[in-house]
Amino acid sequence: MKLVGTERVKRGMAEMQKGGVIMDVINAEQAKIAEAAGAVAVMALERVPSDIRKAGGVARMADPRIVEEVMNAVTIPVMAKARIGHIVEARVLEAMGVDYIDESEVLTPADEEFHLLKSDYTVPFVCGCRDLGEAARRIGEGASMLRTKGEPGTGNIVEAVRHMRKVNAQVRRVVGMSTDELMTEAKLLGAPFELLVEIKKLGRLPVVNFAAGGIATPADAALMMELGADGVFVGSGIFKSENPEKFARAIVEATTHYKDYKLIAEISKELGTPMKGIDIATLPDSERMQERGW
Amino acid sequence: MVMWRIGILALQGAVREHIDQIEKLGCEPVLVKSIEDLKGLNGLVLPGGESTTIRKLLDRYELLNPIRTLAQNGLPIFGTCAGLILLAEEIVGYEKPHLGLMDVVVERNSYGRQVDSFEVELSIKDIGEDIPAVFIRAPHIVSVGKEVEVLAKHDERIVFARDRHFLGCSFHPELTEDIRIMKYFVEMIKQSHTCKME
Repeated sequence: MKLVGTERVKRGMAEMQKGGVIMDVINAEQAKIAEAAGAVAVMALERVPSDIRKAGGVARMADPRIVEEVMNAVTIPVMAKARIGHIVEARVLEAMGVDYIDESEVLTPADEEFHLLKSDYTVPFVCGCRDLGEAARRIGEGASMLRTKGEPGTGNIVEAVRHMRKVNAQVRRVVGMSTDELMTEAKLLGAPFELLVEIKKLGRLPVVNFAAGGIATPADAALMMELGADGVFVGSGIFKSENPEKFARAIVEATTHYKDYKLIAEISKELGTPMKGIDIATLPDSERMQERGW
Repeated sequence: MVMWRIGILALQGAVREHIDQIEKLGCEPVLVKSIEDLKGLNGLVLPGGESTTIRKLLDRYELLNPIRTLAQNGLPIFGTCAGLILLAEEIVGYEKPHLGLMDVVVERNSYGRQVDSFEVELSIKDIGEDIPAVFIRAPHIVSVGKEVEVLAKHDERIVFARDRHFLGCSFHPELTEDIRIMKYFVEMIKQSHTCKME
């Protein structure tokens, strides 16, 4: 019997993206540049995160016309963002045939208490996380893919590094625990017990975990792979740089060959100015997107 | 017992899953990222992933011709999903193929978008019954050449075929615990080796 929207089909889609770069785009032209550079998928948006920061106000799901334009422009998968807890935005994107939905803290949350019940949908979801508790809660709700939250739109890698290290250290800790210690760990992390048992058995998270939120250079992408990311999302980093085509290609290569330092040196030459970054310490708490969601 | 060295093209995609399956069969997986990694292989797996991305990286690292030469000299190759697209001699809607080794015509994304992706159990000729098959934004084989053996169909579409020492399927056996298909590929490697010895 033919089954759609199963856990295996939804998680499997993310497994196929491993080792790749997913790029934020705001129109067909950018989507084509991303595809030509070797992106494994594109995220269709109305504004990239750094512009969302500048614009302020409420950030919502993109205009469906933009999502449609991007879907028609490329053959690689197209992702789009819905607000945290916004059931209807997510259902609309699913009905449009978007390949993956990012329930994203980059947009203004629609619900400050409850995330989406992602297991209810046929379309797979990716969610942000800062630690294993958050990661496990999202998987518990049905997320098929994770990414670090980082601090989007800053061009500053420090938060993504913090989140990737934290999750991986906590996974190692769970794997090393004896089973009778897992219930207490579940309580402390706020994580479903069954998931910790599964993580211990697998020796890793049951879904892929990409890096996101602050990747601005090829070396940043390679650093995240070095720290154990399965792949990377690049938001503002590409189309806010001086030479998007060159930047996009270089980030793809650095992600594939993250241990080939001579190659990274070569592709990083004369790339032009990357996006201008923001020191996280200068961001007031109210502007820290990573605090959105729980 | 001979330990076959099986390469896995590791530019992007479901590499880890193939490593697991190859190890379960007592063979040695070898990650292939550059030309040097192609030395001394008994077989090569082209994993699932994004075919457009993998093709771009194959070009950038000049891997396309070395793989083609090895294939023409008899190296057994197994492609799943994106790997099948790389192997095909013709792709619907494209002027040129990628490796162009297997005498089949394939069509990309022929089941629709991700919401249409599915899993099903297949009966596969020479391999077995009830084999779980996960189709993700999958291609299908539109037609095959005279010498090509069709190993499985789903909904009247060809989803698995063998052309001499090339094996290709639309779906992802690597996403399941079932290793019967990989075992079949290892048998192909063994046979091709015996042929050479003779």
